[in-house]
Amino acid sequence: MAEDIRDEHTTGVIADEHTPTVIADELHIVYRVNGAKTGKGSATAALSRILKRGSDDAARGVRKVHAVKGVSFVAYKGEAIGLIGSNGSGKSTLLRAIAGLLPAESGRVYTHGQPSLLGVNAALMNDLTGERNVILGGLAMGMTREQIRERYQEIVDFSGINEKGDFITLPMRTYSSGMAARLRFSIAAAKDHDVLMIDEALATGDRSFQKRSEARIRELRETAGTVFLVSHNNKSIRDTCNRVLWLERGELRMDGPTDEVIKEYEKFTGK
Amino acid sequence: MSETTHDGTVAVSAPVSPDEGLTAAQLAVRNGLTVSGARPSLVEYVRQLWDRRHFILAFSRAKLTAQYSQAKLGQLWQVATPLLNAAVYFFIFGVILNASRGMPKDVYIPFLVTGVFVFTFTQSSVMAGVRAISGNLGLVRALHFPRASLPISFALQQLQQLLFSMVVLFAVAVGFGHYPDLSWALIVPVLILQFLFNTGLALIMARAGAKTPDLAQLMPFVMRTWMYASGVMFSIPVMLADKPQWLATVLQWNPAAIYMDLMRFALIDEYGAENLPDHVWAAAGGWAALFALGGFVYFWKAEERYGRG
Repeated sequence: MAEDIRDEHTTGVIADEHTPTVIADELHIVYRVNGAKTGKGSATAALSRILKRGSDDAARGVRKVHAVKGVSFVAYKGEAIGLIGSNGSGKSTLLRAIAGLLPAESGRVYTHGQPSLLGVNAALMNDLTGERNVILGGLAMGMTREQIRERYQEIVDFSGINEKGDFITLPMRTYSSGMAARLRFSIAAAKDHDVLMIDEALATGDRSFQKRSEARIRELRETAGTVFLVSHNNKSIRDTCNRVLWLERGELRMDGPTDEVIKEYEKFTGK
Repeated sequence: MSETTHDGTVAVSAPVSPDEGLTAAQLAVRNGLTVSGARPSLVEYVRQLWDRRHFILAFSRAKLTAQYSQAKLGQLWQVATPLLNAAVYFFIFGVILNASRGMPKDVYIPFLVTGVFVFTFTQSSVMAGVRAISGNLGLVRALHFPRASLPISFALQQLQQLLFSMVVLFAVAVGFGHYPDLSWALIVPVLILQFLFNTGLALIMARAGAKTPDLAQLMPFVMRTWMYASGVMFSIPVMLADKPQWLATVLQWNPAAIYMDLMRFALIDEYGAENLPDHVWAAAGGWAALFALGGFVYFWKAEERYGRG
């Protein structure tokens, strides 16, 4: 069945530039936080929570955070989409849901291929050398050993870790925060993606590294089908995106061409 | 404020879809899109897991190395920790409580050390399993990989840890006059079966721990009870001689006791087949198959739900 669809696709029934890559359909995401009932983090509160197991979440002191409320949109191939909104408006949560990393409460996300989030921080271990972290991070992202071996030097050079001596063979805990951030970005950016999502990754490292990483992101955009970028920097959104989704309190407030949406957003935030 | 809201509602309908009139689901099907984060079929899941075998191995080895990287003695602790563990148990149960019950010292000490190491293998796999998902939410929420990679990787880490302990165990066995012979070859199948059992158990605990992280607090007590009931420091038939027979039978057939007894049988010359329950290999294989397969399917069934906040 999947092949039938692909046939239709290649025979040109659907024009290529209008190929949807991500479809969000009435997406709701809800976080549940245990024992966060206001002012009652005590043992008795926890006990009553267990005793009331059968009853609903609110009675058991489980707080629900409705992070994304009914967001729908269709993203097409070749688009670079910026996600803007104030802190806590659900941008990162939405990205994770698109990537299929956070289960939806209701609604669905359909994607073409496997969207991936740019970031390997969680897979890396501070007690290991930079060298081993490059390999571990690459494997965690699904690269093969050969791919990592091919790209290894490229990753190390890009990070600039070895510019001031042989630091790549030292444990990552000995790195300065800037050095560690640079290595993390270099590992994450080493892979090519179908649908790529970037969560405020542009602000790491010193000025020369920022320039290098912006260039790398443009490169990634060219190879990826669709790029999502979360940022609080309106300039970098303007520079890289042709469409913007504006989220506020988990709701999609506006969806349109970059200039229009950013203009409204700036009016809203009072800039 | 009201003005922006008005503009907003206008703009939402701005991008004109070429597939006007289709529902999202129809549009998705028409273009070959799939639901993001849906659970793959069991066969597909196994295939994905196989693709990630290098990651699983690298992750387990990295965890193992990272464990002692801050200590001055470094990786020497891999061997020193089990050695000290064995010494403590010997001091308490061998010297103070005299749990050997007539077993000569050159049998009891290897008996005890084998028991401690083999049980610790299962125990730490369970404990690591409970936290495999709940303790690695950052990883689960950032990257794509079959989630079973984590508990399997942790079980593998414990297997490697056990291999270090085996060095100590061999030294103890030889030190008390049990020299390598043909029966030592049985160690390999015992380890494989126990590893399968542990992995299955870790998978089950990982799913349970992902839903109820409190298990990490509860499990040490469960595991300690299991340890004392499995005859780690004493021979079950000897210790329970005056209790009803069924109790000893139940305890002897529990998987932890089975793997321990098989390992002792392989290593210690004087620990003969009379100490093993009937059909012991069938039981060892049965437990391994039941838990490995059952645990894997059980874990896979909740694949799409791991990482929920």
